Amino acid sequence: MEYDGYDSRAFRLSAPLRVGVRVMLGVWMVLAAFPLFWILVMSFKLPVDAFAPNPLAVVFGPATREAAGGISVLDLAVLGGLGFGLWRLAPRLREASRVAAGLGLIGVAVGIALALALLGVLEDGLAGVPVLGLLVEPLAGLTFQHYRAVWVEDAFYREFTNSAIVTAGVVCLSLSIGAPAGYALARGRSQAAFWILVVALVFRALPHSVLITGYLQPFIDYGLYGRRIAVITVLVAINQPFTIWMLHSFFANIPAELDEAAMVDGCTRFQAFRRVILPTAWPGIITTGLFSFLLAYNDYLVTALLLDGSSMTMVPSITRYFNRETTMTDQVEAIAAAVSITAPLFLLVMVFQRQIVSGLTQGAVKG
Amino acid sequence: MKRRDFIAFIAPSVVAMTLLIALPLVAVFAQSFFIDREVMETQSQRVCDPFGCRDEEALVPVRDTAGEIIRRREFAGLGNYRELLRPDAVAGAFAAGGRGWEALGNIDFYRALRFTLTFTLGTLPFALLLGLALALAVNRATRRIRGPVIFVSLLPFIITPIIGALAIRWLFIGDGILTAALEWTLERDIAVFANGWAVEALMMFYRVWHVAPFAFVVFYAGLQTVSRDQLEAALIDGATAWQRLRFIILPHLAPLIIFITLIHLMDAYRVFEEIVGFSAQAHRISLQWMTFDLLQPDDSGNRSIARAAASSMLTMVGVVILLTPMLRRVWRNRREEAR
Repeated sequence: MEYDGYDSRAFRLSAPLRVGVRVMLGVWMVLAAFPLFWILVMSFKLPVDAFAPNPLAVVFGPATREAAGGISVLDLAVLGGLGFGLWRLAPRLREASRVAAGLGLIGVAVGIALALALLGVLEDGLAGVPVLGLLVEPLAGLTFQHYRAVWVEDAFYREFTNSAIVTAGVVCLSLSIGAPAGYALARGRSQAAFWILVVALVFRALPHSVLITGYLQPFIDYGLYGRRIAVITVLVAINQPFTIWMLHSFFANIPAELDEAAMVDGCTRFQAFRRVILPTAWPGIITTGLFSFLLAYNDYLVTALLLDGSSMTMVPSITRYFNRETTMTDQVEAIAAAVSITAPLFLLVMVFQRQIVSGLTQGAVKG
Repeated sequence: MKRRDFIAFIAPSVVAMTLLIALPLVAVFAQSFFIDREVMETQSQRVCDPFGCRDEEALVPVRDTAGEIIRRREFAGLGNYRELLRPDAVAGAFAAGGRGWEALGNIDFYRALRFTLTFTLGTLPFALLLGLALALAVNRATRRIRGPVIFVSLLPFIITPIIGALAIRWLFIGDGILTAALEWTLERDIAVFANGWAVEALMMFYRVWHVAPFAFVVFYAGLQTVSRDQLEAALIDGATAWQRLRFIILPHLAPLIIFITLIHLMDAYRVFEEIVGFSAQAHRISLQWMTFDLLQPDDSGNRSIARAAASSMLTMVGVVILLTPMLRRVWRNRREEAR
């Protein structure tokens, strides 16, 4: 049962303290979200507006509105409604069965298409009407030109593909060699299990540049430099100490009687692991996979040093924008690229918030 | 679990860690004592200038038949370390008439060490305090707002570090929105990125913003297991909210505080992305950035891998020092358990 804070009257804080708590939470929410919200706004504006000293000019983008049109009150309302709906729906989709989730996704897609089509009709219809027409007048400037420059002209989809391959490779490999190891460490009572965990903890603290120094020369000599598979292997190894720690504590929570029962029924140790333990441990494996995903997706150091132009992933390639940051347009393109990189992470938190939280607390609770 | 099964299950992971973590470590250690030099030879070259021609001896790199410069690995002893640590310059700085600490700041290694340590230790209390304050506040908040607060709080935590640093940099760069606001309130011109201390403060602010959510979530989970009976007993005994926090909640959270401190020290000591994101290398560099910089090809395409190896090893010394107290505790616990 979840212990529910300090709801009882006796624990009530004094009024000023209560206000203080609320103000602090409010300030933190703004602080946490503002930089990300702001780059999202900037990415849709022409450079004049994006870097205007007046915040209102950045939000409403008068120059952008003149040059490229904008977004109306009605558009905002519809987008807001869709966003809110998705936000409410996301956790439910995850819990639904596979068929229901698939149908749900199709429903969402159809819903969005319908809403947008209806929006178009409404905009045309209301355009001339006196007071209602204001609803469809562009309110804030909005342009997709920087996204077009990044994704179409600079072919950012290649970096996106590379990122997808590297990230997927790291997650799959990490889990498939980490899961049996985590299981063995959770069940093994020997000295070896203890020492492997201690050594893994030391490895976890290593600065990654130390390891890259070791890889670089052999990689260049043996033609592995610039290969995605090499980077996947390196990231899997770097990730392994953390992975086995986390999986070890998830497996330790599963009662050992379960595998004993399976083995009494005639399973070998491996069969017991695959048929009985893995399905039970699925939530923990998903959580560990999420953290592997974050490590691989967010990595800059390894990918920047071991990949070359054609195999570059998204994160290190962002430096190419802010290194050539000569014109204001380049800067806004860098911002558009940054927002593009952040969007998948945003979706990830939306869908997997609970798993991420449980992963963060897992290590702490088990020590 | 049978020994054979244990080995079979753990082998892939251990092999991966041995081959790709332990082995490179040993290789880097060995490498730090060697240096790759171009093989040179003296050649007489005919040099002509307005005063006539003559033969001059010159050192030129030897090339193989393909025209590539031949390189040979030579034992350098502590040479690589000397180049980084510059004991002669240090002695000079602290000798009579030297410029002391100020002169040390001009040597990359000490500059990086100073920043890395300030950064690691300076961000720790803020991350812990902000995380604890948020956890206590959310624990007091009504159920309905907990979900949204946790959702928004996770954003700074999961964002790509480089992008997070850039997002904050874009608020300040040039006439960025916050610089403009500062200028408006202070009524003078400010260039945030021209000032080393301002950049350093900004990097530390970014790190606290980035890691406080982690501390918050861990503390928040810890608060759910505080004994309600104890709290009620304290209340009946007339303990104030502050006393309950000081004598019941904080002792209960102590293991979590140690856990977060440990993770924070490990991660902050590796500070790197902030330097790239804020383009701070002109003002501030970190130990890991120094190795990264040595590994990047210079103008003629050479990477100083040997010096990077020495710099890596010096960085490692810091990791070992950071982890020693914790490892000793683990060791002591283990021995007591065995008894």
